Amino acid sequence: MSTFKRHSILPGFNLALGFTLLYLSLIVLIPLSAAFIRTTELSWQEFWFAVTTPRVMASYRLTFGASFAAALVNAVFGLLVAWVLVRYRFPGKKLIDALVDLPFALPTAVAGIALTALYAGNGWIGQYLEPLGIKVAFTPIGVFVALTFIGLPFVVRTVQPVLEDIESELEEAAAMLGANRLQTFSRIIIPTIFPALMTGFALAFARAIGEYGSVIFIAGNMPMVSEITPLLIITKLEQYDYAGATALAVVMLVISFILLLVINLLQWWGRRRSALA
Amino acid sequence: MTMATNTLFSTSRVRRTLTTQEPSWVRRALIGLALAFLTLFLFVPLFLVFYEALKKGVDVYFAAIIEPDALSAIQLTLTVAAIAVPLNLVFGLAAAWAIAKFEFRGKNLLITLIDLPFSVSPVVSGLIYVLIFGLQGWLGPWLAEHDIQVIFAVTGIVLATVFVTVPFIARELIPLMQAQGTEEEEAAVALGANGWQTFSRVTLPNIKWGLLYGTILCNARAMGEFGAVSVVSGHIRGSTNTLPLHVEILYNEYNFAAAFAVASLLALLALVTLALKTVVESKITQPKENADEHRSA
Repeated sequence: MSTFKRHSILPGFNLALGFTLLYLSLIVLIPLSAAFIRTTELSWQEFWFAVTTPRVMASYRLTFGASFAAALVNAVFGLLVAWVLVRYRFPGKKLIDALVDLPFALPTAVAGIALTALYAGNGWIGQYLEPLGIKVAFTPIGVFVALTFIGLPFVVRTVQPVLEDIESELEEAAAMLGANRLQTFSRIIIPTIFPALMTGFALAFARAIGEYGSVIFIAGNMPMVSEITPLLIITKLEQYDYAGATALAVVMLVISFILLLVINLLQWWGRRRSALA
Repeated sequence: MTMATNTLFSTSRVRRTLTTQEPSWVRRALIGLALAFLTLFLFVPLFLVFYEALKKGVDVYFAAIIEPDALSAIQLTLTVAAIAVPLNLVFGLAAAWAIAKFEFRGKNLLITLIDLPFSVSPVVSGLIYVLIFGLQGWLGPWLAEHDIQVIFAVTGIVLATVFVTVPFIARELIPLMQAQGTEEEEAAVALGANGWQTFSRVTLPNIKWGLLYGTILCNARAMGEFGAVSVVSGHIRGSTNTLPLHVEILYNEYNFAAAFAVASLLALLALVTLALKTVVESKITQPKENADEHRSA
């Protein structure tokens, strides 16, 4: 016991840790392990077949492609929003800063129907895009729009504090040594915020891959075209194909865990960077 | 000494000289571009919810909200949050107490495990409970024999909601309590306070704003969760329909005015959440800065 825990005079360790572990096991760990254990009912060939059918492969391409594109757009515009919020003054800044978190607080179903109404052929934005031959609602572009919405706060909120901590002395020194603003930005600021930017990108990407509520309304959900992987899990479940649904869930869980590992590494990298600076 | 350098830093951070400031046309262009992006992706969709909800008049709006199925959805959503949030509150306190106040092996692993539900797709979060409690699940036959229904019933909805909201309060409290250290609690214990007195008179006042912050976010997610709840609910109108699921049903029936009316309630909840969050955030940062200065002085 003494090697497990350092001595402390504070009470309640056993109770608090015991309750934490019990709760976490019952609510999270045992149910999650159920997905892995249930897939062992399938042979390896059956599992592989279930997770690689053409319809499933098409859903992976859409889910990962749209998530990647959305996270990329969020990286660029998230950095821009964070920059503007930290560096400049303009009316309504506080309100806008607070509203950046809207995608965290707004239920995904509400976001889904609002975006669909907006980008449908007769919607406020859709009616101007339709004559240009751009269909957003009920196409893969709609999936991308929904995923951009839900991933929006991640980059802003990871980059913002790092940007606030950059000391202006660093930039002044660069300026005095003859760097122009663009050089200072690309050589001083970008390297400093890069770990945070990557963390935000990875968080937005990870969130987008699992997203369901905001996407299903705008996607149109056509098999092979605009059907995301989480929806396919539900479709299989509704057809009582439990084994197929579980196999797909395991694939998604493994991907989530890998992304979680990557995010932890990125955060560790960021902390080490700021500790060195 | 530290206080002086602190103020020095903060003024130098605020005042920017010409050399470290972009030309004003660049500034304006960047602000304009950022606002255009936010307007397109955030403000217009938010405004549209309320516009569509009220488009057919106030009568239609209120009729959609006081209709029995909507009222039952409101009631179920409040019930689910009233069970899930306190459970995760107790969990968050216990986890943060163990992790922040004691040194033990495997702590980082435990923190990662607490965060796990955030990285699981909502659909998968629902599915895993079907695999345990559903008719074909591990406990399915036993539950059916005893006439207990979990999946397609309120219990399943509560379980799925608890799962997706597990990390919210714990992850707010852990860094906060770690930053506060253990000196004050140790002093209380040394002076003869028992565990409960130490917690309620020393720890709780220190963490009250962080606790509130986590609770607000936890509640917003608990009331708004869609994917996980959708898998376990069975969509039985007037019985296992939460507010977000009710929005979906109305929308799929092309009853757009009613769908957006119910959605506007959830959008209001989101706005209230953001407002409370902003207020509480200022409460968290202010005392912390004061405490830092106090300590260094």
